[in-house]
Amino acid sequence: MSFTFLMQNLVNALQWGSFYALIALGYSMVYSILMLFNFAHGDIFMVGAYIGLGVATLLLALVGTGAGAMLPGWVVLVFTILISMFLTAFVGLIVERVGYRPLREAPRASAAITGLMIGIILETSNIILMGGQRVKFPQLIESVTYNIGGVFVTNMKIMIVLVSLGLMLALHLFVTRSKWGMAMRAMAFDYVVVPLVGVPLNTIAAMTFAIGSALAAAAGILFGLAYPVLDPFMGVSLGWKAFVAAILGGRGSIMGACLAGFMLGFIEIMTVPAIQIVNRLFNLNLGSNLRDLIAYSIVLLILIFRPHGLFGEPYSAKLRL
Amino acid sequence: MMLTIKNLYVDYGKIRALHGIDLEIEEGEIITIIGANGAGKSTTLRAISRMIPVGPETRMTFMGQDLLKFAPDKVVSRLGISHVPEGRRLFGNLTVMENLKLACFARKDTQQIQKDIKRVFSIFPRLEERSTQKAGTLSGGEQQMLAIGRAFMSGRKIMLLDEPSMGLAPLLMVSVFDALKEINREGTTILLVEQNARLALQFAQRGYVLENGHLALSGKSEDLLADPEVKKAYLGG
Repeated sequence: MSFTFLMQNLVNALQWGSFYALIALGYSMVYSILMLFNFAHGDIFMVGAYIGLGVATLLLALVGTGAGAMLPGWVVLVFTILISMFLTAFVGLIVERVGYRPLREAPRASAAITGLMIGIILETSNIILMGGQRVKFPQLIESVTYNIGGVFVTNMKIMIVLVSLGLMLALHLFVTRSKWGMAMRAMAFDYVVVPLVGVPLNTIAAMTFAIGSALAAAAGILFGLAYPVLDPFMGVSLGWKAFVAAILGGRGSIMGACLAGFMLGFIEIMTVPAIQIVNRLFNLNLGSNLRDLIAYSIVLLILIFRPHGLFGEPYSAKLRL
Repeated sequence: MMLTIKNLYVDYGKIRALHGIDLEIEEGEIITIIGANGAGKSTTLRAISRMIPVGPETRMTFMGQDLLKFAPDKVVSRLGISHVPEGRRLFGNLTVMENLKLACFARKDTQQIQKDIKRVFSIFPRLEERSTQKAGTLSGGEQQMLAIGRAFMSGRKIMLLDEPSMGLAPLLMVSVFDALKEINREGTTILLVEQNARLALQFAQRGYVLENGHLALSGKSEDLLADPEVKKAYLGG
């Protein structure tokens, strides 16, 4: 168990955690203002990845690839991320408008079921449109591996972590500095009163869905670059795990969602070497396929001691006016 | 007539809260609605702010426009009907300044906003001292000042106030009502709901008395103060 081994896993955990954190943000933001979990969010991540695939393919067709390309790969990548975030935001807008807004006053269970149904609709639509096959995500930038004191880091991993952190910082600035962010924070505190001070509640709700979906799209593209095979159900497992991160971070806490996302990535990645150590020490033969069981038992343990999550406020039902 | 309400019906589920109320307010007036707990006072204000649905026979006109055609946030931002809700309902996680600025969300008149914030601070100097403090950390009196300040920023034609005296020490109560008088003198019509009937009738020019969702009485404040029924029921004999 060497230091480089630990660092190597840490690097991997940072990348893996980035996906969780970016997706968890969407769950958390929507929860904080509307007190509902958008269970279609994992599938919006999937849709975002596919939109990214479409945009990237289109851009590559326009500018060319390889040595004859008109633009370097990273420029294509930046445009792919921006355009896909923009387009996926509309998916979020539609989901909010069609799926959730009519249920604003309905019992929360109705909204939860609607979310699950929207998820199935998105998966099935994908199968109908794309034929249900796995598709390859184009490699937009040439992969370069750096050896830093025995720790292997690819330029892709660095890019993924930096882009994720950049988006989180941008979101933080938006929420704390802009008047839209101020309205979101107000809505998180007491959403019934928000219209009473002249703020259009529906606009803020729609915007929150749009931002969450855009972040999920970014996660989808970054995921596609790291694991370049997309399938219609890629959002299910990752989406649920990111949901766990949102809960672990504390319902509605943006900072919590980010940290818990990285933490979850860390726990998951570190579980595998931990199993190996246990095997060696006690002469056992536990398989690394126990990873999720062990990782999520740890999460469960944390939640037993911090039921409101890392940054969550104790639950309080919001009053109605 | 600034605000005309005809046949205001409100139902909470199967329970009828208001049984056809008629109400009229002239520009510049100070009007109060008094009545016991559960008489329908707050419900009336919420109906005007479009926070709750009204019956199909209800008509509400504000400065010649059909109030029922406006969404709740537009009632505030387009028509200028501001509402200080029961229990203040400030955004406790935002600072004093943010609470005031949020109320200008739909406003585009940047220069006037700055002037209005200055005006709020000149009416309530305590708020300026606390402007970077979270609203949740203010005292009860300061919270009421901020609630009024927030309403002042959001819409200026008419201000609906729901129990602004609640939980305030007598001295603070007087200063809050003095501030409201000043706001009224600058052109804001005031519709005040109060359980403290004496205070409300001394402050307002006219009053409406609600009983179990019905309009029991209405008239000039001095007449209501002298009315034996009102005296017996609301003024302690």
